[in-house]
Amino acid sequence: MEFFGPVLDGFNVVLDPTNLLYCLLGVVVGMLIGVLPGLGPAATIAILLPMTYGVEPVTAIIMLAGIFYGAQYGGTITSVLLRLPGEASSVVTVFDGYVMAKQGRAGAALGIAAIGSFFGATISIIGLTFLAPLVASFALDFGPPEYTALAMLGILLVATISGGTKIKAIIAAAVGLFLATIGRDGFTGAERFTFGNLSLADGIDFVPIAMGLFGVGEILYNLEERHRAANAPVKVSNVWPKRKDIKEASGAIGRGSVLGFFLGILPGGGATIASLASYAMEKKTAKDPSRFGKGAIEGVAGPESANNAAATSSFIPLLTLGIPANATMAIIFGALLIQGITPGPQLISNDPQLFWGVVNSMYIGNILLLIMSIPLIGVFVRILRVRAAILAPITALITMLGAYTIRNSMFDVLLVVLFGAIGYLMKKFGFEPGPLVLAFVLGSLLESNLRRSLLVLEGDPTGFFTRPISATLLVLFVVVAVWPIIKSAIDKRKNSSLAATVAENKVKENA
Amino acid sequence: MDEKRARHAAEASVDETQKAQAPDIEEALTPEELAAQWEAEAAEPAGPIANLLSSLVVLGLGIAGMVLSVGLGLGTPSEPAAGMWPFIISLIASVMAIAQVIVGRRGGKDGEKFSALSWYAAIGFGTLILMVVLMPVIGFEIPSLLLCFVWMRWLGGERWRSATIYSVLIVLAFYAIFIAALGTTIPRLF
Repeated sequence: MEFFGPVLDGFNVVLDPTNLLYCLLGVVVGMLIGVLPGLGPAATIAILLPMTYGVEPVTAIIMLAGIFYGAQYGGTITSVLLRLPGEASSVVTVFDGYVMAKQGRAGAALGIAAIGSFFGATISIIGLTFLAPLVASFALDFGPPEYTALAMLGILLVATISGGTKIKAIIAAAVGLFLATIGRDGFTGAERFTFGNLSLADGIDFVPIAMGLFGVGEILYNLEERHRAANAPVKVSNVWPKRKDIKEASGAIGRGSVLGFFLGILPGGGATIASLASYAMEKKTAKDPSRFGKGAIEGVAGPESANNAAATSSFIPLLTLGIPANATMAIIFGALLIQGITPGPQLISNDPQLFWGVVNSMYIGNILLLIMSIPLIGVFVRILRVRAAILAPITALITMLGAYTIRNSMFDVLLVVLFGAIGYLMKKFGFEPGPLVLAFVLGSLLESNLRRSLLVLEGDPTGFFTRPISATLLVLFVVVAVWPIIKSAIDKRKNSSLAATVAENKVKENA
Repeated sequence: MDEKRARHAAEASVDETQKAQAPDIEEALTPEELAAQWEAEAAEPAGPIANLLSSLVVLGLGIAGMVLSVGLGLGTPSEPAAGMWPFIISLIASVMAIAQVIVGRRGGKDGEKFSALSWYAAIGFGTLILMVVLMPVIGFEIPSLLLCFVWMRWLGGERWRSATIYSVLIVLAFYAIFIAALGTTIPRLF
């Protein structure tokens, strides 16, 4: 019972009325932004960061997590009904989901997606409950060299897996690391790159960077992009899938959940990759692969289960190692730092209330989402008719006024707007903001561990390879760094299938 | 602005005709057809000049970073000084920028070309800056109202009437939430 004590205590945390309310708020907002094309979960969480200042850490993270996994549910709706993926992780759902809707089976597609999502998420929470303490206890022995290697690998993986060119992503990450060095050096006390400016002495704040690059950057970008006004169907009939549908889809849901869980754990992995991998797997294992693209229910059930499982399990590296696996997790990492909590292997033992409170809130959140996705689906379908032209100024105002409330400072608002322009230009020139923000968040951790390692190893970088774990991680680092070069050489010889590559491009565009 | 409204109208009428003739006109439905359609709709990549410019900007920043880092002192590997780590990062950024100049010399597939619609983003940015300037002077209400109206009427193609009504409603709602309910100290007129 020693293990389950804190787990059960976590439920007490969740059932606190304030936490329940923020959980509901999080999943509703997540579902909404999932339904509305335009803002993704990373941008929304960044915009809402000011809301987390006045509340308890556990409450704040429960809400932000709810936005993240709630968006996975909502993204499905536009994929199925309008052939417009609401989120990058729902792009593949378009292939079979929209065809099903054309065949008059929109209800079955949405229903099975909701059930699959719920199932995938639940499996993943249970997996998280057992795996996270193991990973954390393993990582307790990590010293500075291991952390250095792990942080470097994490940043590289996120940079190479995100959309756009790898070189530009690495440049973005380098800029993020550089921005993190601005301010007083923790080791020597020297002022770095402050140019005598007092407000820079403490370094650049994370919140204006995240709100600007992700939030305002995306808002400006969308002004130009103008997502077409959606012609939402007024009514979706009968969202309860038939017994036959469930039977057909159950295998796909099971496979997708397990696949998603494991892909979500990997740094750089996450919901989008999991959904793509699950679609490919379903097509490969199907008895009759030609059904895919013509309304195969497995093509909806698998990816939707996988993206939710992955969204949930991507909390494992964040909460146990202190390494965010993707851009959204990087923002949640930043939110935790603001609250004075450094995620890492000690989190489970030092702050079990927070850890198990957040994990267990996901059960409640997913039940709420299941309710919203099946009986209340009509409400969200109606929201599709709200025009982007009206939503854009609302999100802009939330960002501007929210940024002001952090420290009652107009300078912060100005920073957010300026970083917004940078974020917009980065997108236009093909630089992803994700690696920049992730590297910025990990920057000081990486630098201080590197310098501590060098002290321990007496300035001999080869010392990293004498320790088994850091050696393994660094070998992986080299493999990941060199792999794209090898892969592009292989790709030149054989052309990959059109559907796969273009789906990938669409994912990048949505990311 | 007219071009955009025309496009909206054109799209709407296309949608209507599609609805009317839905059984006759087969939409692109297989993943391959859909993929090709997405490909055609996607924005044009930024191109070689944008690639060169952005890489050179990064290279310039990288070199500046290296120079400043050397000024802070590099130290030795066993006793790194304040400038060592920023120097390494700036070096990586510079090397990558040079690599990108070469790799992307034909443009590549990333980024997006600026178009006439990019002015919308520029105007949006301008209104946000204007709001930052005006808010401390005359409070948030009037700048917010202007921002909403400009974004809806000209950037979003709403009609005069709906843009006016929605702008007023939105500002009232924000006043109710941020001032009346949350009691924040956002500069305000009323």
